[in-house]
Amino acid sequence: MTVLRAVSVLRASLPRHNVPRYLSRRFSTPSEGLRKTGLYDFHIENGAKMVPFAGYSMPLAYADVGQVASHNHVRNSAGLFDVGHMVQSNFRGQTATGFLEWLTPSSLAALSPYTSTLSVLLNEKGGIIDDTIITKHAPDAFYVVTNAGRRDVDLPWFRGKLEEWNASEKAKGGKVEMEVLENWGLLALQGPAAAAYLQALTSFDLRLLTFGKSAFVPIEGFNLHVARGGYTGEDGFEISIPPSQTVDVAKLLSKTPVQLTGLGARDSLRLEAGMCLYGHDLDETTSPIEAGLSWVIGKDRKETGGFIGAEGVRQHLKDGPPRRRVGLIVEGAPAREGAKIFAPSGEELGIVTSGIPSPTLHKNIAMGYVKSGSHKKGTDVEVEVRNKRRKAVVSPLPFIKPNYWRG
Amino acid sequence: MQSILKATTRSRHSSILLRQSSMSRVCARPQNLRTLVTKRYTIEHEAVAFDDSTGIGIVSITNHAQSSLGDVVFVELPALGTKVNKGDQIGAVESVKAASDIYAPVSGTIEEINEKLSSEPGLLNKSPEDKGWLCKIKLHDPSEVERLLTEEDYHTSYQS
Repeated sequence: MTVLRAVSVLRASLPRHNVPRYLSRRFSTPSEGLRKTGLYDFHIENGAKMVPFAGYSMPLAYADVGQVASHNHVRNSAGLFDVGHMVQSNFRGQTATGFLEWLTPSSLAALSPYTSTLSVLLNEKGGIIDDTIITKHAPDAFYVVTNAGRRDVDLPWFRGKLEEWNASEKAKGGKVEMEVLENWGLLALQGPAAAAYLQALTSFDLRLLTFGKSAFVPIEGFNLHVARGGYTGEDGFEISIPPSQTVDVAKLLSKTPVQLTGLGARDSLRLEAGMCLYGHDLDETTSPIEAGLSWVIGKDRKETGGFIGAEGVRQHLKDGPPRRRVGLIVEGAPAREGAKIFAPSGEELGIVTSGIPSPTLHKNIAMGYVKSGSHKKGTDVEVEVRNKRRKAVVSPLPFIKPNYWRG
Repeated sequence: MQSILKATTRSRHSSILLRQSSMSRVCARPQNLRTLVTKRYTIEHEAVAFDDSTGIGIVSITNHAQSSLGDVVFVELPALGTKVNKGDQIGAVESVKAASDIYAPVSGTIEEINEKLSSEPGLLNKSPEDKGWLCKIKLHDPSEVERLLTEEDYHTSYQS
């Protein structure tokens, strides 16, 4: 068995992290000296299997709870995820809205205060540098969360563009400053039981906090930034925590019925919810139009442009993109990242970028890119797994119906 | 990886306790024939239980393998009658997190496959080396079995 053979090789190089090859490929970094979140010791105390992910040592799973059981617990009850490896930043200044509207295609001027939106950082060609959640607190104050795996690309990009912005005429109304919230905690409480659990710890009426909204919420003496949303397709919250309080808040949020949940279940949950994982489903050669993320582009901004990469994006909007991200349901064997997608005629159409046997649907689900024209739902295609073509059908995303609180 | 370590400890115990008896089990058959079943392992975590009276080896994955894979959800097995050489890929085991190839531990012809695994892939986790067997191979050269790892050598192979 190839996967297991890799275990012993990796064990030699990473004595403290016994990592099979499939994880090292999917969840790893070449660099030594992994970073730790503030919850590293907490994870170890709770029996976590730690693996390298995006430069951090992160929990894959806890004790002997299997991935499927852990996944199902989040779908049926609630799970707590440490996402403190992600990069949290504040952007402040009179021209902050203009600056972020230059870096992203979102309509941030039109966004109400204490509202979040999914967005993308684009390169000059319109390719996706990273996907991000931007929360507007005020026209001169934004809270931005970006991917840990893109930290070394995103932060220099932000800094370079800030310098350019602040030196230009555009900043004459006031310069913009970026503050990275180093070592802050970020916890995601997710699942249908999440709201009732959190409500028991606060006087704040969480019914008012609908999907996509955020607020500073008093939780047992802590005053924490809570954003309603997440990466599972379930109702839930992402809670930002100052470094000194992270462990206490994690303890507070991980009592029955909440279960600590690792990266394994996080990946299967997000894929069922049709959400992209940067570096797999998105990269710098992919435009938001190809990725099915045109909805993140503000209506007015499709017309007026004015953001980095606008030309490429508008070209794809006008002519249609050459390929498109689709969902697939595959018969027989699960299709994994890298599996080729073919038309029944034999023509190669594209490639799978994420794929698993879905714990919720008991079907093999996948996401990938196919040539435009073959992207319509119901299109029969074939996917090659272990040198055999398997029947598959283009299916709508998400695979499961999201369960968000919209009030 | 806790579960692997746990399994490791368990197997180490059993290998100490059963070292004498488990390598070669002598089973009584109804006809009162005595046959020798030899169980051997590969470094790729397959096991083969070879019965010298029938010339058939039952192929499975080891308990250590199933415990590191996690919940098995799909098993792909070779077609009946396929002639395989030692080391050929003969199938795959899929868990939610990964796919692992299965290689033929010995050369021979596929005589039977465990049909139950298509509806109950979880048998591989519950009973990897017994009810969750993968296929039966009629060996071309029974001496190949002797060249595989003993249980003790197998455990050493992934502990070192």
